[in-house]
Amino acid sequence: MSNLQVSVYRYNPETDSAPYMQEFQVDTKGRDLMVLDVLHLMKEQDSGLAFRRSCREGVCGSDGMNMNGKNGLACITPLSDVVKNNKLTLRPLPGLPVIRDMVVDMGIFYKQYERIQPYLQNETPAPAIERLQSPEERDKLDGLYECILCACCSTSCPSFWWNPDKFVGPAGLLQSYRFLADSRDTATRERLTDLEDPFSVFRCRGIMNCVAVCPKGLNPTRAIGKIREMLLADAT
Amino acid sequence: MVTNITSFGRSGLSDWLMQRVSAVVLAVYTVFMVAYLLFNPDLDYYTWSGLFNQTWMRIFSLLAFISIAAHAWIGLWTVTTDYLKSTRLRVGAQTLIILAIFVYLVWGIQILWGA
Repeated sequence: MSNLQVSVYRYNPETDSAPYMQEFQVDTKGRDLMVLDVLHLMKEQDSGLAFRRSCREGVCGSDGMNMNGKNGLACITPLSDVVKNNKLTLRPLPGLPVIRDMVVDMGIFYKQYERIQPYLQNETPAPAIERLQSPEERDKLDGLYECILCACCSTSCPSFWWNPDKFVGPAGLLQSYRFLADSRDTATRERLTDLEDPFSVFRCRGIMNCVAVCPKGLNPTRAIGKIREMLLADAT
Repeated sequence: MVTNITSFGRSGLSDWLMQRVSAVVLAVYTVFMVAYLLFNPDLDYYTWSGLFNQTWMRIFSLLAFISIAAHAWIGLWTVTTDYLKSTRLRVGAQTLIILAIFVYLVWGIQILWGA
């Protein structure tokens, strides 16, 4: 069995004048490893290789990266899903500044998340017990709350690449709709007013890259469509 | 909320709606034009000018002209804000686009009502 050929993006701003691709030969012993396992085998060869990882089971969202051109979580992506002709190319998430190797600065991504006020707002006095929801009201949050903020969707979105400071991006908008759809949230009007400019929501062109890459199988495009429907219903 | 001053309606929502409504108008106008030309293979000047002498055709055409003006403004404004990062270049391009749209619109109205 021949070794897997891995090409990985390397950049250390303290020593390198420009980023470059480094080639690795990784012996997978014929197993269908996860991409994260391969990164660990590479780190055994070159301990300087930097990447983020934590839970290694698709829950924390730390190891979002671009594998053979498609964003995903390295820890839950088996080689058989991405490797073509025994070659694997690993790059950091596109569109974000690189801190080192595979580690990107997610600052602007979190800033957009912060902008949509991702917390429940309710102006009515807190009841003695929890604010109750009917099962139907609770069902509306399915497919929204599961997001782990790995940034795979937003960094695969050209609208986010061109205007990351103005377009909220699919991840932020999915969370925005999560609170717009919540029966316990009373700040709906304020939330909608914040989104009606030509960039925040409407820069989405519906190309659905976000849906194609989401490792949790969520659908930000549908959520964006729902936000548009709410905006339209509110303003006409 | 992101501020903007050169977009068509100053609001993403109204631009979005306008883009869709104008697209429907343009689609209907195109289908009508293609059908008219197909059903009138021996079209001469008198039939053609007769068509455009009727008030409903002038209203329909003007609606299509205004639709294409709005559609172009919204679409090209979006393209400039995506791809032109230099403010000077972007504002310059937007000004040129809006001026060109205005010229074409007035010219179109003149042709439509001038005959």
